[in-house]
Amino acid sequence: KVAVEVLDHLERLALVDFRDTEGIERLQNAIQFADQLHEVNTDGVEPMDSVLEDRCLYLREDDVTEGNCTKELLKNAREKVEEYFVAPPGNIPLPKLEEQEIVLQGS
Amino acid sequence: AARGCGGVGVWRRAWQRRPGLAVPCRGQQAAACNARGGAVPAGKSGLAPWVPVVGLEIHAQISSNSKLFSGSQVQFAAPPNSLVSFFDASLPGTLPVLNRRCVEAAVMTGLALNCSINKKSLFDRKHYFYADLPAGYQITQQRVPIAVNGSLSYSLRIDDKMRQMVTKTVRIKQIQLEQDSGKSLHDDKRSQTLVDLNRAGVGLMEVVMEPDMCCGEEATAAVRELQLILQTLGSSQAVMAEGQLRVDANVSVHHPGEPYGVRTEVKNINSLRFLAKAVDYEIQRQIEELESGGTILNETRAFDSRLGCTIPMRDKEGKQDYRFMPEPNLPPLILYDAKSLPSNVNHQQVVNIDWIHQRLPDLPSVKRAKLVEQYGILPEHSLTLLNEDGLTEFFENVIKQTQMKPKKVIGWIIKDLLSYLKQHSIAVKESPVSSFLLADLLNLLENREISPTAAKQVLAELWKGEGKTPLEIVKEKKLELVNDQKELEEICQTVIDGHENE
Repeated sequence: KVAVEVLDHLERLALVDFRDTEGIERLQNAIQFADQLHEVNTDGVEPMDSVLEDRCLYLREDDVTEGNCTKELLKNAREKVEEYFVAPPGNIPLPKLEEQEIVLQGS
Repeated sequence: AARGCGGVGVWRRAWQRRPGLAVPCRGQQAAACNARGGAVPAGKSGLAPWVPVVGLEIHAQISSNSKLFSGSQVQFAAPPNSLVSFFDASLPGTLPVLNRRCVEAAVMTGLALNCSINKKSLFDRKHYFYADLPAGYQITQQRVPIAVNGSLSYSLRIDDKMRQMVTKTVRIKQIQLEQDSGKSLHDDKRSQTLVDLNRAGVGLMEVVMEPDMCCGEEATAAVRELQLILQTLGSSQAVMAEGQLRVDANVSVHHPGEPYGVRTEVKNINSLRFLAKAVDYEIQRQIEELESGGTILNETRAFDSRLGCTIPMRDKEGKQDYRFMPEPNLPPLILYDAKSLPSNVNHQQVVNIDWIHQRLPDLPSVKRAKLVEQYGILPEHSLTLLNEDGLTEFFENVIKQTQMKPKKVIGWIIKDLLSYLKQHSIAVKESPVSSFLLADLLNLLENREISPTAAKQVLAELWKGEGKTPLEIVKEKKLELVNDQKELEEICQTVIDGHENE
């Protein structure tokens, strides 16, 4: 029911691996479950996007109160170069869904 | 028809006025948008004119002590990752806390650009993966930004010789508050990227300008005016070289009467000069592509300042799906005005739009008008005075110290002083000729102690910055005007005698 291109797209966006038929089925069931929301008539009702919407948004004074903890931050980094975090050269493109299966079969 | 460009008839007229641009060469001024009419020379066919359409997305770094949602410091060029809080590094368990100063900066800017300020605005998450965006999303204002529907007026010279100016307007679609990302340093040799998060989380105002412009010149003039406004307000220092003002251009072309063409986005523009070049190059590229039967892809291109052209950017293939969603950790931002202000309220927690409006400083357009009125100079002159950092102050200092009329002084300031500074790429504040020295020189001229030609000679000497006063140079080079009748007769006689033999 969910097209291969959509699955591919979702995997890239969310970096979630649907991997097998069970995973895909679970996804389809989840979508069907959520579709029930369409049965509610929401004409003329403003969508609520947060239970916090009536709260006051706290405004902070423009003072410097944080920072200066380079060592602590870098403690979690697997690799570092002179106080810089290290990352791959660019976004590594995910292989397409069909290619992935080939890789899996090979491993 | 595109806004900012005249009707078809005007294009044709303007096009005919400058026939020399019939076949613009690549590498030279690629697209001659005659701003007075908006014409662009047709390509080889010479038949159907093209209407270029330029819109801009400008990111201005907010001038504040701390970041938009955290208390770490905002500072250029600090040791890597030293100005980073746990929230900026996106460590779990941290939450955003909005900086009041950033809100005020955005409101000020919105008011200065004639926007409607949304008393209720919302924050959203924009998701994409990149090493310098640790959270995997940017907090921005996609649905309901803080300010909408404004305008920006800017001036252009119609004709260098005619010295007339025209005022153009570009609509401001919206201004939104958003986070800046960190900085990536690409190390191609070792195939890695080094990430510095000092800039991650710094407050930005994104100013979206509608596609009302038609060429590099207009885009540059509009951005320059925005820069001056931001600097006058103090909401951003807007120095492009330090990345405090970043401009992305959206460019497309179409035939008059037809729908807009496919647009490309041009990024990596690091100065006003490059902005004009990048826009004009892209317009020309698109025209040539379409005229040779090709199509324009809706892509993102980077401007290569070395080659003076735009190239497709990698890592931007395919349409991005940002999965916008409301920021769950931030309630709506509510702003007040004098009418809606609740009575017993903590003033630190309230941003009053009217209070800010009353305290706005004189904007550049107002300053220019005042200069014209006060000193009787041309609008074009006041434009130049405000465009050069420190020049207005210099001019006014000279006026204070000389009897020469401002209308005459301005000529010396713009034609002599400024052209010299430009030639040698010196800023006004680094000028070897101070306002004091120039005023001194102009007084000698005004008192008829030297001739204008001699004055220019003295000025040339003063540029050397050897510490001599104008009077000393005049005496040294014997440039004093001779007023004694008898002496003049003697000189003339000598000259005549000298030529008697011929």
